[in-house]
Amino acid sequence: MDYEFHWNIVFQNMPELLNGAFVTLHVSVLAMLLGVVIAILLAIAKMNNSKPFCYVATVWVEIARNTPALFQIYMAYFGLGAFGIHLSPYVAVLSALVFINAGYLTETFRGGFQSIPTTQYSASKSLGMTSIQAYRYIILPQMLRRIYHPMTNQFVWSILMSSLGILVGMSELSGTTQRLQSLSFRTLEFFIVAAVMYFIITKLVLFSSSLLARRLFKGEI
Amino acid sequence: MNSLFTPLSWSDSGLILTGVWNTVIISVVAIVVGTVLGLIIGFARSESNKMVNALFGSVLDVLRSVPLIIQLILFSTFVGAMGSPLAPFVAGSIVLSLYTMAFMSEVFRSGFESVSPSMQIAARSLGMTKWQTIYHIRLPIGLRAVFPSWLGVSLSVIKDSALVSVIGYMELLRTSEQLISRTQQPLEILIGVGIFYFIISYPLSHYGRYVERKMAI
Repeated sequence: MDYEFHWNIVFQNMPELLNGAFVTLHVSVLAMLLGVVIAILLAIAKMNNSKPFCYVATVWVEIARNTPALFQIYMAYFGLGAFGIHLSPYVAVLSALVFINAGYLTETFRGGFQSIPTTQYSASKSLGMTSIQAYRYIILPQMLRRIYHPMTNQFVWSILMSSLGILVGMSELSGTTQRLQSLSFRTLEFFIVAAVMYFIITKLVLFSSSLLARRLFKGEI
Repeated sequence: MNSLFTPLSWSDSGLILTGVWNTVIISVVAIVVGTVLGLIIGFARSESNKMVNALFGSVLDVLRSVPLIIQLILFSTFVGAMGSPLAPFVAGSIVLSLYTMAFMSEVFRSGFESVSPSMQIAARSLGMTKWQTIYHIRLPIGLRAVFPSWLGVSLSVIKDSALVSVIGYMELLRTSEQLISRTQQPLEILIGVGIFYFIISYPLSHYGRYVERKMAI
């Protein structure tokens, strides 16, 4: 083995790497929030029997689930150019992630909602609750409990997949790493540090999500 | 006037088919190797005690918590820096197989653990040896239970194989990227690529959901 590691240059560039990590978190949080909102709408559309909305939702979900994430990003970055829409790398990656998150979460939400027996709704109505009360106190809390873990996984997945920004020149963690290593030729060092940072981010997210779960569900999960 | 770009033509079909073939072959290699290794590790994890299990788990966890694209770049630079660079196909298959293994071992472990201990005790009391119990009881029942999850992981590996393009492997998406830079017709080419992945993934994912529903009842 005749490779010498030079870690100094990595530590000198640490602020930039941390900045990249912040962009990674930023884009995945935003992708998750927008994805959840769209997924709720799509899930409602899919459960409704109004045909046009149901078709749109089904097509969205199937395309998002059955094509690679990289394809979605290329589509947003290169493909939309054919319509004269030129997105910046950040927006391209964000919109691809939102598209996929919405697709996967729609099925999660629909499954979570349908796993609550309809008799629960009837029972709460018979106890004199209004339908808003029934949803607020009976249906939604149970549903949240069931979709919490799939949602956490989806969030972690979008953090990991935002690393594809490297291929369209976005300056998130892996894109920044790529740029810095091409300036210094210390490829191994920079990517080892990036891998460690991704690992830490993922673990922190999972840890805080389990803390939040304990608080939200009081150990009944 | 001659344009700098030449449009897409039938003579490109050879290149596209090579890309399709390369995508298929690397996915098959990763799924087969990943399944075999995952089966072994998953079985070992369901057999071993808590300590060993946790140790295995945390090592495999690294493979699942670092983006695949970083793993690919790291591995191929690492073997290059060690003085023995591998062909993109070899390096890509190794990383993709290990990545698949990490997911598969989790799938198979849950499958083996879903076989209830009383069923194994019953088999033993019928005079089966330990290996007969494993071969006739735990393997078939455990594997059947996780078939939909196995299919799901395999499909995601086919989709993730697109990432091997970063280390220079000419799979479908990289081929199409090169065609795009020559023809400047991104939409047509990308839609074609999307349809290819969709045709593979859509029927299989529906079949997986069908099996899952059938088993649930």
